[in-house]
Amino acid sequence: MNKWIKLGLIIIPMVMLGACGTTGAKKPQGAGAAGEGAVGEAPGSATTMPMGPGGGAEATPLPGGGVAGGEGSEAAALLSKRVVYFDFDSSTIHDQDRAIIEAHANYLSQHPTVKVTLEGHTDERGTREYNIGLGERRADAVKQMMVLMGVSPSQISTVSYGEERPAALGHDESAWHLNRRVEIVYEAQ
Amino acid sequence: MSLLQRLCVVWGLGLLLAAGNAGAALTIEITQGVEGAVPVAVVPFGPGGVSLPVDVAEVIAADLRRSGRFAPVARDDLIARPYEASQVNFRDWRLVKADNLIIGKVTPFGAGYTVQFQLFDVFRGVQLSGYSMRSGAADLRRTAHQIADMIYETLTGEPGAFATRIAYITVTDVAAGKRRYSLEVADSDGYNPRPVVQSMQPLMSPSWSPDGTRLAYVSFETKRPRIYTQELHSGKRQLIASFSGINGAPAWSPDGSKMALVLSKDGNPEIYVMDLASKRLRRLTDSLGIDTEPAWSPDGRTIIFTSDRGGTPQIYRMSADGGRAARLTFEGAYNARASFSADGHTIAMVHGENNRYRIAVLDLQNGAMQVLTDGRLDESPSFAPNGRMIIYATEERNRGVLAAVSVDGRVKQRLSAREGDAREPVWAPIRQ
Repeated sequence: MNKWIKLGLIIIPMVMLGACGTTGAKKPQGAGAAGEGAVGEAPGSATTMPMGPGGGAEATPLPGGGVAGGEGSEAAALLSKRVVYFDFDSSTIHDQDRAIIEAHANYLSQHPTVKVTLEGHTDERGTREYNIGLGERRADAVKQMMVLMGVSPSQISTVSYGEERPAALGHDESAWHLNRRVEIVYEAQ
Repeated sequence: MSLLQRLCVVWGLGLLLAAGNAGAALTIEITQGVEGAVPVAVVPFGPGGVSLPVDVAEVIAADLRRSGRFAPVARDDLIARPYEASQVNFRDWRLVKADNLIIGKVTPFGAGYTVQFQLFDVFRGVQLSGYSMRSGAADLRRTAHQIADMIYETLTGEPGAFATRIAYITVTDVAAGKRRYSLEVADSDGYNPRPVVQSMQPLMSPSWSPDGTRLAYVSFETKRPRIYTQELHSGKRQLIASFSGINGAPAWSPDGSKMALVLSKDGNPEIYVMDLASKRLRRLTDSLGIDTEPAWSPDGRTIIFTSDRGGTPQIYRMSADGGRAARLTFEGAYNARASFSADGHTIAMVHGENNRYRIAVLDLQNGAMQVLTDGRLDESPSFAPNGRMIIYATEERNRGVLAAVSVDGRVKQRLSAREGDAREPVWAPIRQ
């Protein structure tokens, strides 16, 4: 019974105390600060209303001048819609959303210096990185349609947030269908 | 890195962990235990009289209870308080029906402590294990976890995983429409949480370096996904990937020299392997579908990943050098985010069927799939380094919480954060 002590495990030798000096106590918060630093700008946040195309010069963010005649109000109404929605695990654009995309495509073709970011999003079901892929596929589908409608690819960038930035926070279909979306975000000029 | 430097890092980390937070931000609840868990008596460590920062016996008892395989006797039912072998009367412990008895002693030594413990088989009246070790003043909790690991291994024949850490992401609402994302590291019992990086833009996909000193993760802080690696000790980080499109799903190779990752710079999400020293990329997949969530086999020769090339997301396996991929999963409409157990025989994944997403394991030797959890939105499974438990994220009363399940599905526990959502847990490798 007196042989029971095995000094086989000396986990933190006290010598280490001296050898390590004081560097061990540095608090690694530098990177965190950098992360926060990027926050203040936030024009493209999914939960805030984006600026309209053309910036603050016009009373309405949507340019009447660029759109012909009596169609103006209809086009403006379409241009005010900046979100298109998708079915689960799908990047197929619904027929009823083509008019929205077309209105933005026309506007972008007529204003070649204006740029948009298409933000792809998914609902929370399934895995996060797969959803990043799915969100990109949705953004790409909208981009492809815009390019086919005559927009220069250089005016469009895409980013996928997957399920990371939900527009609605519930855990059922009523929230999910609002989250499976592409947001058309005009860049501030 | 020299051994001395490495020990310094570990020691420094211990300091940080201890200095960070004395309370638990994650509380653990056993939601399902094994019937017939072995009763053990863990006696408060003696000799008393000294005020200690940590109740070593309580930490050990909590670890053993958490495994689901042991049922520590309640303190009030302990009929004696021996802390040395000469004080043990085995008849006492047969009366309380404890199969095993654990006693120990903590004595000040220099700036820290000497901790000794003994584990007895009560019925045979013999000692099974006993050690004496030194602990830094701030490391007492970790020392207690290490003792729990030794006891667990002696009694079960399998290594314990109590003296390990987990990384996870928390998301907290800070103002209307504003969320703070925080990548945190805590002890595997939820104590000593500390932030590694915080941002008001999404953080995701943490991955441990095989030596447990660094984390890779995806940050959207520039409004674009980027992959960083960050040394925990210094907080120093390095930008690994910032290509156009997706930069995601980083996974360190077992030897630490490479990183598998997902890039869509060439059109759609594909798996690449980056040599971390030269930053040279090698593309592994070429499909029209989404290829993502790469994970290395423990021997580093194989990569499994998620692909919807066949129509729905399923798990595929390929050589880490590229080549043809073979489909591994056929049961269920949705199988994704797989990872290997330490012995390489099993993979855990998210298994979706009938609009429910649960954690399943696939035995690679006999092809048997077993669903382990019963949530609705379970995700991000990660094996404990001893392969016995899987930690994962689930949703409960509209909150994201962490949970763990034993690989046989018999033991379940929940780790809840005080506020906000917790998600994407990854179990750290055993400290070196």
